[in-house]
Amino acid sequence: MSDTHAQTVSFVRETAIPPSPAPSNAAGPVKWMRDNLFATIPNGILTLAAIFFIYLILSATVPWIFNGVWNASSLSECREILDGTKGACFAVLTERWPQLIFGFKYPSEEYWRPTLAFLLMFAALAPVLFFDLPRKMLVITGLFPFVAYWLIWGGTIWTPIFALLGFVVGYLVYSRFVTRSFAFGFFGGVAAAIVVWAISSAILPSLAPEETFLPAVPSRDLGGYMLNMMLGVTCVSLSVPLGIALALGRQSSMPLIKWICVIFIEFIRGVPLITLLFVASVMLAYFFPPEATVDLFLRVVIMITMFSAAYIAEVIRGGLAALPKGQYEAADSLGLDYAQAMRLIILPQALKISIPGIVNVAVGLFKDTTLVSVISMFDIIGMIRGPILASTEWNGLYWELFLFACVVFFVVCYSISQYSQWLERRLATDHR
Amino acid sequence: MSTTTDPQGGSFRLSMLLNDTRYRSLTLQAIAAILLAVSIGYIISNLLANLRAQDLNISFEFLTSPAGYDINQTLIDYNSQSSNIRAAVVGILNTLLVAFLACITATVFGVLAGVLRLSNNWLVRKLMAFYVEIFRNIPVLIWIIIIFTIMTAVMPSPRAFRGDDPASTMLLDLFAFTNRGVYIPGPYFDRGIGGADGSVINWLLVIATLLGSLFATRMVTARANATQAATGVRPKTLWTNLAIWFVPILALLFILGLKWEIPELKGFNFGGGIKVGGPLIALWFALSIYTGAFIAENVRAGIQAVSKGQTEAASALGLRPNRVMSLVVLPQALRVIIPPLISQYLNITKNSSLAIAVGYADITATLGGITLNQTGRAIECVLLLMLFYLVISLLISAFMNVYNNAMKLKER
Repeated sequence: MSDTHAQTVSFVRETAIPPSPAPSNAAGPVKWMRDNLFATIPNGILTLAAIFFIYLILSATVPWIFNGVWNASSLSECREILDGTKGACFAVLTERWPQLIFGFKYPSEEYWRPTLAFLLMFAALAPVLFFDLPRKMLVITGLFPFVAYWLIWGGTIWTPIFALLGFVVGYLVYSRFVTRSFAFGFFGGVAAAIVVWAISSAILPSLAPEETFLPAVPSRDLGGYMLNMMLGVTCVSLSVPLGIALALGRQSSMPLIKWICVIFIEFIRGVPLITLLFVASVMLAYFFPPEATVDLFLRVVIMITMFSAAYIAEVIRGGLAALPKGQYEAADSLGLDYAQAMRLIILPQALKISIPGIVNVAVGLFKDTTLVSVISMFDIIGMIRGPILASTEWNGLYWELFLFACVVFFVVCYSISQYSQWLERRLATDHR
Repeated sequence: MSTTTDPQGGSFRLSMLLNDTRYRSLTLQAIAAILLAVSIGYIISNLLANLRAQDLNISFEFLTSPAGYDINQTLIDYNSQSSNIRAAVVGILNTLLVAFLACITATVFGVLAGVLRLSNNWLVRKLMAFYVEIFRNIPVLIWIIIIFTIMTAVMPSPRAFRGDDPASTMLLDLFAFTNRGVYIPGPYFDRGIGGADGSVINWLLVIATLLGSLFATRMVTARANATQAATGVRPKTLWTNLAIWFVPILALLFILGLKWEIPELKGFNFGGGIKVGGPLIALWFALSIYTGAFIAENVRAGIQAVSKGQTEAASALGLRPNRVMSLVVLPQALRVIIPPLISQYLNITKNSSLAIAVGYADITATLGGITLNQTGRAIECVLLLMLFYLVISLLISAFMNVYNNAMKLKER
């Protein structure tokens, strides 16, 4: 390079100019708003309409909520405190809190029992929902139904212990014989459990003391949001295994089994849940032996479980159908029998595909537990529409109670669907 | 050395019933059949024993005896002396009415919200996501009760419309929103065929005219398509179609003398026009917004299922954006949207049974509610109720199968 220009050029820039910030209309919030809110004139109008709509809702609700009264014993007292200003009367929630949560007949000195069962539920659900947790925690899950039953219903402790004993004996028999044949182990286990239960139901009356540590609470005293929770948790956990069995039955090559499952599923899916609850409340009692008294809670659990099992079966059938045929053939060519192929190859994959659908059914089922208020069970809706709105103190108060019901359902259902989305991402093994 | 696993012929052993795959399925089915027969027999024997203990029997004679209760919203003539079966028919018609209305409005809400959720306007997108999440996660029963409460506790009573300076006024002087229901103008024919009783014939005439217009516009469109295929130039059809739609129906309505009967305050309540009861509105509106949230998700998924390459390819062929939408994106999206949409319609029909919670006289409230309680015929009523819903859902699924087969991708 010659040095000719070294003399002629008076200035040579040796460092790069630092980048200047983008003009204000091409970056930052202005640019974002132009792109996302006011891209075109119709879009701008739409934005303004949306802002106006949001303003309408917020201006109606925000002062109402923040001006709320939390301490009063009746609606008239509440209105006195508010003194003509606009405000919610949340005092009904604080004053009727136990009724909303536990129903109006559950003995108030025993409220700690369902509360404890509720807290234990999280410990029991954790290893099922988050499988990074140590597998030993599943012991809590296994024990939870019996502990929760004892806590909520009370009475003699021997009932849940014998029920648990039956399951333990059944499982021992099953694991002893399953190496020979799955069917042998399975039916052997079932038979052993039934034998244990038969024996224990014979000796149970002699063991039952007069005074129990936890006083017994009859099923008809259950109510409030607790009832929705109990129905939801019980029926979902019972209907998943039943749904798997129905889905496998519907795929079966045995025509009789297949048609039993098809008719059951299509029948249940064809009728509304309300009619099944009518069956539970007025018709099911006719199908039990005349001397048996099956209480309404159990009848409702039976019907709701059948209802959701039919829906879950259809979801799982979709999962089974989505598996490539090669998976079935591979399992066959390895020489696995039906039970092994299903347990080790097919179901783990099919259930993984079905998780979003199962969660949808679970959310729908939890929402549908409110329908029991129609057959005069006092769940949270039944409590609001019945004892609380009919009381002289709170007659004429609606929105606070409905808002509360909306919030409790929204929190649970929204968290379940968020969990399912997380799980889907977690389980995705394909490459994207 | 070769081993054979084929069992030797002729030597049938009893253990082969369990261990041989040729016989095992037969054995299992036989066991299942026996179990099924035993449990059905057990249930029936319990049923008979219970009926005998309570001195009851199964009979459907109660259907023809007078119902003995009034229904406030009926589509056909009914009074308390009508038979139970007529009450059930009133209920069926009410169920179908609310299901039909809710299907239409739910589709409108759902399509609107689903399309707006894909809008490039951030605020509208978030607002629609909020709508969908709120309504999907709260039980429909709560929505029904909330809207029912608005209709009964918030709306003014007819008395508020009275006086020179009333507390409430009618909307546009046509619609009255009261806590006893909504009163809307009712159409009637001044010069109708067949006098006052012939109104059904007049309405059938109107429907026939509309169907004729539909048929004629389809013919025009088909001819326009043929012309376009032959010459490449599409004739303008907009004005022809508008004329075909509006001229005949307006002429017919003018000839029949269509008049509107405006509701007005008479005594303690409104008279004239059509009364739409609060329970019907609560059920209709709640089912629409609740199911609309689900349909919105279906619509969004359907539109997103059409790959971007399709839109780009259509644009590359030179199609204008609205033709891209109508000729390329929508036909493919509809194939994804329609089946879940129809199952949402089925859900609406089934959820309309929640009418019993607000006292709307659908089939569940008449046959499964009042008739059941008055006659005590629990088994018969519940069975008939289930039968009705089963028939409806089987019809809808049959229709869906036909549709799916027609819409299936024709692969060669």
